[in-house]
Amino acid sequence: MEAFATALPALGEAWALILQPVVLGYLVLGVVMGLAVGVFPGLGGIAGLSLLLPFMFGMDPILGLALMIGMVAVVPTSDTFASVLMGIPGSSASQATVLDGFPMAKKGEAARALSAAFSSSLFGGLVGATFLTIFILVARPIVLAFGLPEMLMITILGLSMVAVLAGRIPLKGLAAAGLGIMIGTIGEADAGGSLRMASYDIPYLADGLKLVIVGLGIFAIPEIVSLLRQDRSIAKGASLGGGWLDGVKDWFANIWLSVRCSIIGVVVGIIPGLGGSVVDWIAYGHSVQTTKDKSNFGKGEVRGVIGPESSNNAKEGGGLVPTLLFGIPGSGSMAIFIGAVALLGSGDIEVGPGMLKNNLDITYSIVWLLALANVVGTILCIAASGGIAKLTTIRFTYLAPFLFMLISFAAFQSGQNFEDLLALFAIGLIGIFLRRFDWSRPAFLIGFVLSNPVEKFTNQAFQIASFRFRKSFDAGLEYVFSPIVIVLIIITMASVVLGIRQAKSIMAEGEVESGSKRAPLVFLLVILGYLTFALVNANSIPDYNMTDKIIPLVVGGFSLACCLILMVQMVRRPEGDSIFADKEVAGEDADAPYGLWSTLAWFAGLIVATWFVGFIIALVGFLITFFRVRAGAEWGKTLLLTAVGIGFMCLMAGALNRDFPPGLLQNAVALPWPLK
Amino acid sequence: MTVTQLTRRAVLGLIAAAGVAAPAVADVDLSGKTVEWVIPFSETGGSAKWANFFAPLLSEALPGQPTVVVKFMPGAGSTKGANWFQEQKHEDGTLLFGSSGSTQFPYLLDDPRVRYEYKDWSPVMASGTGGVAYLNAEDGAKFDGSANALQETDFIYGSQGATRLDLVPLLAWQMLGMNVEPVFGIKGRGDGRLMFERGEANIDYQTSSGYLKGSAEMVANGQAVAMMTWGALDEDSNIVRDPTFPDIPTFKEVCEATDGCETSGEAWDAWKAFFVAGFPVQKLAFLPAGTPQDVIDTYTKAFEAVVARDDFADISSKRVGKYKVFTGNGANAALGTATSVPDAAKVYVTNWLKEAYGVELK
Repeated sequence: MEAFATALPALGEAWALILQPVVLGYLVLGVVMGLAVGVFPGLGGIAGLSLLLPFMFGMDPILGLALMIGMVAVVPTSDTFASVLMGIPGSSASQATVLDGFPMAKKGEAARALSAAFSSSLFGGLVGATFLTIFILVARPIVLAFGLPEMLMITILGLSMVAVLAGRIPLKGLAAAGLGIMIGTIGEADAGGSLRMASYDIPYLADGLKLVIVGLGIFAIPEIVSLLRQDRSIAKGASLGGGWLDGVKDWFANIWLSVRCSIIGVVVGIIPGLGGSVVDWIAYGHSVQTTKDKSNFGKGEVRGVIGPESSNNAKEGGGLVPTLLFGIPGSGSMAIFIGAVALLGSGDIEVGPGMLKNNLDITYSIVWLLALANVVGTILCIAASGGIAKLTTIRFTYLAPFLFMLISFAAFQSGQNFEDLLALFAIGLIGIFLRRFDWSRPAFLIGFVLSNPVEKFTNQAFQIASFRFRKSFDAGLEYVFSPIVIVLIIITMASVVLGIRQAKSIMAEGEVESGSKRAPLVFLLVILGYLTFALVNANSIPDYNMTDKIIPLVVGGFSLACCLILMVQMVRRPEGDSIFADKEVAGEDADAPYGLWSTLAWFAGLIVATWFVGFIIALVGFLITFFRVRAGAEWGKTLLLTAVGIGFMCLMAGALNRDFPPGLLQNAVALPWPLK
Repeated sequence: MTVTQLTRRAVLGLIAAAGVAAPAVADVDLSGKTVEWVIPFSETGGSAKWANFFAPLLSEALPGQPTVVVKFMPGAGSTKGANWFQEQKHEDGTLLFGSSGSTQFPYLLDDPRVRYEYKDWSPVMASGTGGVAYLNAEDGAKFDGSANALQETDFIYGSQGATRLDLVPLLAWQMLGMNVEPVFGIKGRGDGRLMFERGEANIDYQTSSGYLKGSAEMVANGQAVAMMTWGALDEDSNIVRDPTFPDIPTFKEVCEATDGCETSGEAWDAWKAFFVAGFPVQKLAFLPAGTPQDVIDTYTKAFEAVVARDDFADISSKRVGKYKVFTGNGANAALGTATSVPDAAKVYVTNWLKEAYGVELK
């Protein structure tokens, strides 16, 4: 209890530090910069912080912290714009928001969805900070109680959300999740370094696929292509119903859901090594399970927005615990944050175990600066949401080229290889077909996101457990079945049972008509082929590297079995059965005036042109041709829009000191930035 | 007061940026230019911290005070960035590259991804670190300066991979006859420490800064027992006690005291070669192939000026550890020791990796 006696004065000192006009000024400055940077999906915090780093050297600690935290805190808030308005998941924190946020935007309720999301974010941030203020004093032993078996169980709990999101045909959902895991294992294995579905001749694959690319490919590209084919605005009929006040009311009506999801966010965020990848899915699953009428999920249910958004800002607060207490960053931006703190002032603040003892006031300042930044950021975002929501009433043909521009740039930033663009296109194709044939895209993404943790924690927990069992049987049991593990097993089982019962009423892709056998069967065979190939490939890894092959073999085998059963069912069932769901049979896609391939060809054209002349020149050509030919705009408008697009791209990339993909032309001649 | 300090700094910064202050001393003038310092790792690693620490200091010390920005080019365990740097030619002296032990080891082990040649590049600065191994309290009680009483114990260790810097501790423990089972696949030494703190691992090692930050307290509280440092190199390349940890014996001392461990011969030579490449000369800054001598001299002078700052010892010890920073000829010599490993040592380590962990680089 003596900890609490020192905590109160420290808390007072922290507030005295924060509430100086100049500190608040720096915080607001950071928030504004964060919002500006947050426009780019998948770049956000890391790019912004790297930009600030040179200024941190010797800066007054509290000012530097205000600036950096202002910037980091608003990224999970501002990326909500992209996920709700365009269906682009900006980071792992906003993937689940896409599921219901984007359908709301399509219904013309973008402003409502945004303000509900922002209110939840704000609330989550505050709940997180309050909880942390007390919890941070006692957190250390609790964090240490989460060993590998516990982390594995949390990962499995995250995976169990597949049960809820599997869609109408559970087998398809399971196979999609398995496929996601298999795609996640591509590259050099963490443990033994064996290559899976890759070779050193293609170094790109050896590194594996990045989450940004898979997120954009699976969610954004299919939606962009589909809307572009229909040649309409995002909000059907270009009308906006539901103002921002409705969203706030929605949030208030669901305040307890928001409280629960915030706490889920903080608690899971605290566990180092797991980070945010599972939080929003667990929160989404929880929202579904606690809603009486589940029929609206996936079609624009506001609770599906409130749940994940409440958790993702709270998670940022939780993520401070491993960062500050152990010096172990929970995310990429936190890692830079740790480095930057060392540059501040005279370098006395050392993030790590000494933080609570020596710098409790600074620790509290960080916690509450984060909460305050959330407040400022949210108010700015809500104020802007009404206006920005109008984007959804614009004819989509005028938005699409800019979106292709943004996602290509975002994808390139993830690895700075031309192959990033190819990977984006390839994953985009997978996404398009998963959507078309009603295979659960969320299940695929959950599989991909959790692929690495599942493999890592399984191998490591297994190795340490067998080490304990060798010592004594009791020691092994005690290690594997700790009280936390048992509780998690119970939660997971309950969630799976509930999930399976509910899955049929939750249709992430909306209603999909069924058609003939041929197309769905061909797609199944392609997946079957890939899985078989991946299995053979995994099996060729020598046995002494069992750690590198066991997960691909087990998961691949399981998915293959699912696919085989599906194949038998497809052969035996009559045409028109729900197993043959196909969006090209009836509905929006089928009635679209433009075909899939001709639409996709535009994007492919941009990539091919980039290969030859580099990104910016290719982009100029792409924008002009697109506006002239596809949109039918006159020359004046075309040139103006092109200039705006290129100008924006160069401004942002220039400010963030980023390069564009070079092409063959750039290899041959030296060109000045931004053409280089 | 803080505000005035900040304003002053901002004004100074503006003047510096405008290139008004400090007339250029050398012929090379970089005013108005932007120097890119490319790091083949992500923003989150130790090399990022290292470059971010030096970048603003270098900016002040270079003639014309160019902006120095750190760029990250991660991939393929840093070989992607190094391969890219190999392709770069000297243009106007605004490109700098930072390599680390993780770039040196694949080069030494003939990793098939390596398409770079250290000998083509011009080193301008090199810096090192040390490492400390420690045991949990229970097994640490059996440690008496030799590993004799530890040879019957089973140890478990959280490792990033046998071909990384972890090669040095793993080989050392093996030479001491200890039975250490590595759990591969952790992402950084911080995760390894956490595994140790949770009691899942019972042996661990940290680089100097990591040890001071997180592990020294455990040792002081009696939760862990410091076992040995890897040591440091004296002028004649002999291994001596690490100046940061003068009270902790070196691996060399422990090895001499332990039955069956020898500080000469094949195994020792191999261990020492890889230790030198990974620790005392862990990080190097390079200019690209074909850089003219006057540019090299300019950078050498700038780094010398950085190291000569009155406050350098103070600020560097907190941020990158208090180890010697080599410049000029010193950096050249450092590069020599870091990248020339006798073939016998390579063969020994390659065979050991294959036998002990089934690791083959091809």
